Amino acid sequence: MAGVDVRKDPVSVKQRIGVVPQRPNPDRQLTAIQNLIFHAAYFGIPRATATPRAQALLDQLGLGDRGEAKVDQLSGGQQQRLMIARALIHEPEILFLDEPTVGLDPQARLALWEVLRSLHDQGRTIIMTTHYMEEADRLCDRLAIVDHGKLLALDTPAGLKARAPGGTLIEVTLDGEAAPVVPALQALPGLSRPAAKGNELHVYSERAGEAIPGILRAAEQAGRAPTDIRLTPPSLETLFVSLTGRKLD
Amino acid sequence: MNPSPWKVFGALVRRDVHVVSRELPFFLLRTTLQPIMFTIVFGYLLPKMGFVQPGYTGALLPGVLGVSLAFASVQAVALPMVADFGWTKEIEDRLLAPVPTWVIAVEKVLAGTVQGVIAALFVLPVARLIMGPIAGLDFAHFGLVIVMTLLGAFAFSAFGLLLGTAIKGEQIGLMFGLIVAPMIFFGCAYYPWKALSATPVVQVLVLVNPLVYVSEGMRGALTPALPHMSLPVVAGALVVISGVFMALGLRTFDKRAVS
Repeated sequence: MAGVDVRKDPVSVKQRIGVVPQRPNPDRQLTAIQNLIFHAAYFGIPRATATPRAQALLDQLGLGDRGEAKVDQLSGGQQQRLMIARALIHEPEILFLDEPTVGLDPQARLALWEVLRSLHDQGRTIIMTTHYMEEADRLCDRLAIVDHGKLLALDTPAGLKARAPGGTLIEVTLDGEAAPVVPALQALPGLSRPAAKGNELHVYSERAGEAIPGILRAAEQAGRAPTDIRLTPPSLETLFVSLTGRKLD
Repeated sequence: MNPSPWKVFGALVRRDVHVVSRELPFFLLRTTLQPIMFTIVFGYLLPKMGFVQPGYTGALLPGVLGVSLAFASVQAVALPMVADFGWTKEIEDRLLAPVPTWVIAVEKVLAGTVQGVIAALFVLPVARLIMGPIAGLDFAHFGLVIVMTLLGAFAFSAFGLLLGTAIKGEQIGLMFGLIVAPMIFFGCAYYPWKALSATPVVQVLVLVNPLVYVSEGMRGALTPALPHMSLPVVAGALVVISGVFMALGLRTFDKRAVS
């Protein structure tokens, strides 16, 4: 981590990183700006240095006039931005964000994206986790897909999308086991990699619209009736599904 | 460059002073109301009615102080910590500080110790006022009073660290019902340990209760002429108890801090 061994010297690592938790956890006994000034003090930064820096961060994050507010008076999005200010107050080399936009309304989410972009433009290394593929696609230079602690892929978003399985993912929910339908699909032209998972049928096609009638016929011949059909065009999401074999939570 | 642990420790203390000083009246009310009410009933009403001998207040006062400081110390550490680790996760901003996590735990225990001492200092004049003149009360050994208060408050703060990190949020009511309440009633707070010689089995059993040593220590320091446990034994017991609770508490704190 920034040239420091996490196991041997965890204290120096803490000095170099800023962490934004998934759920805002400000010190509720303190006001917004006190949260920043005390957090700076925990990093040995004197009050005289911390106070102007805290105000500048609040300004930058659109909280300039909320400094004296109690934390409970801030909205969820404002608290999340306060957490970012807190993570930055000691000027860490690397900023970690754990699913920072979970639970935010669309407007607050876009505002947060703007903040992250501007921090990135200032040259700060940002590592974030997210379940939103769209968010990862838009914000990240490098993207890793991790499933149960295993690194499955690591590349630029464009590079990863190029690896996404060809065609649109067609998911059909049936009223019974999907497995008996799979052999019939393997015989159909224009379909690739049909697979069954419980009542779910997964198959890829370059021309999804034309392929659907054939799939439905095959299902009916196997004695199954479709109850739902979903189409997902090639994207990070289809790549994720093909790599992990499961839908996003 | 990492800041010196002392500097970070100082910042942690400043945060607690800032927060606790604002909450102090509520804190005192919460932690000392029970011992003060006990003082009113057993130190004022019952003697007035003639159910209790007037000399009983000499045995009661040190015990009431012991309960106050023990109860205040445990609560000062355990209650915020159960919430912090259970749901608010607020302590995370301190766990991110560039110091080993045990520094944060030790600061909490010392802050709890100070709060316990404040509670005892608050209850002492109040109890004296309610009870009237107390036979045997002697401030000649005030240094001893301070030492016993600090030892007792530290032991119970360390106990608070263990409880606060080992107990889940939904069990907090259980903690007070099953652990703290029996501890108070069987802690020799409202009767001297020597008097338990009337029931030898109980006299031995209560020795596992840390509060016994706090109460007896306060007795030895405040009412030295009345029967009490030997002070070196009390001090030794409190040091051992503190060490055990501290070691266990730091371990559970570290576990909770990492998860």
